[in-house]
Amino acid sequence: MNKSDWLKRPLAETFGTATVAKVERRLFLRKSLSLGALAMLGGCDVSSDEAVEKVLWSMSRWNDDVQAKLFSGDKLAIQYPESSITNPFPFNAYYGEDEVRIVDPASYKLELGGLIRERKPWTLPELYALPQASQVTRHICVEGWSAIGKWSGTPFRAFLERVGADTTAKYVGFKCADDYFTSIDMATALHPQTLLTFRFADQILPAQYGFPMKLRVPTKLGFKNPKHIVAIDVTNTYPGGYWEDQGYNWFSGS
Amino acid sequence: MAKAADEWLIIHPGVVRITHWINALAIFVMVASGWRIYNAAPIWNFLFPRELTLGGWLGGALQWHFAAMWVLALNGLFYLSYGLLSGHLLRKLLPITPAAIFRDIKEALHGKLAHEDLSVYNAAQRAAYLAIIAAIILLVFSGLAIWKPVQLQELTLLFGDYEGARIVHFVAMAVLVLIVLVHIVMVALVPRTLPTMITGRMRKPAGRMS
Repeated sequence: MNKSDWLKRPLAETFGTATVAKVERRLFLRKSLSLGALAMLGGCDVSSDEAVEKVLWSMSRWNDDVQAKLFSGDKLAIQYPESSITNPFPFNAYYGEDEVRIVDPASYKLELGGLIRERKPWTLPELYALPQASQVTRHICVEGWSAIGKWSGTPFRAFLERVGADTTAKYVGFKCADDYFTSIDMATALHPQTLLTFRFADQILPAQYGFPMKLRVPTKLGFKNPKHIVAIDVTNTYPGGYWEDQGYNWFSGS
Repeated sequence: MAKAADEWLIIHPGVVRITHWINALAIFVMVASGWRIYNAAPIWNFLFPRELTLGGWLGGALQWHFAAMWVLALNGLFYLSYGLLSGHLLRKLLPITPAAIFRDIKEALHGKLAHEDLSVYNAAQRAAYLAIIAAIILLVFSGLAIWKPVQLQELTLLFGDYEGARIVHFVAMAVLVLIVLVHIVMVALVPRTLPTMITGRMRKPAGRMS
């Protein structure tokens, strides 16, 4: 990572702790809101910071609803020719590339929980034996940059149906080996391009791109594409997410 | 003899004054939070000074941006509907010719631009206000293209692709900020224009028929 990359990342992405991120967010929020308060709410005191934050969070929930309505189950993300694949593909996580988690393939098990009928854990060979599909799509980061990559794996919809997931439930939650977690809406989980992927650029997923398994969701921003998935949970209780709980918009659909 | 009240003319209707100030606030929030969002993944080799940005961190800036976008868009729609239906836009911003714009800009640079009658915009003003409206419309559409490059992919394709829409969004922002800065300088140079955008009134110019 070069210096400007380092500078533009929140401390948490550099040092890899959720606590730093939360403290940092509080500090900057206070600073920024005093600018906002000055410009917009002259006369209100610091206590209005909380009120402003409340309004912003409810606007974000409103934007979740609007995006769910805008989402179409059969609108496909554009597929690109393999010649337009971005090389090297950027690494991104809430920690630095030197801290990438190494998952042992032999002991790896995918746990299933919540509203799923067959909750037996899956080993890697069992997952690799599932029907395969590929896509070359644009990954768009919440930071603004984008990159085109090729992912291969099994359609998530077929997997959910195979294990007897309640596809009328609201959310699918993911827990990851690097303590990351996120969740998506069921409509997106059932989208034909949502894949449980095991390969990147035709190679077994390298550690920095999420070995052994990454959910590829071309209809959502990058941080809604969890890597190193170790547990999947189908639920009607809002599961939130690592970044979502700090303020990134939950739906974050493209 | 006429009463004192008759010496004043309403030149900016209430709708225009209210939407003007809501728009100013929305643009301020959109630009300041947008600069913080830009800083998370700069397109070019520079960052905006942190002190000039809003939101503190990327997540905060995104929350401001995606909240204020509703204010900007709904206020803008209301203003444009009012302006088109009432004839206000046509009356105040047209006609306009390139020759007149160049003439007025030249006069303005020589400090001779006529501002006697504030109820009539000169050609430089008309061009600037039309450009602001056009830039905001472009910002809204390129913004939608960035926000929804899958669901609204036909729109995104008009800008080339996602990356093209980002560049258009940035350039339209730069044009808008530039015109707004000139606008603020002009108000500072002709300060009696400021109260008219608050009260809507101006003193009737001598010799003008009412």
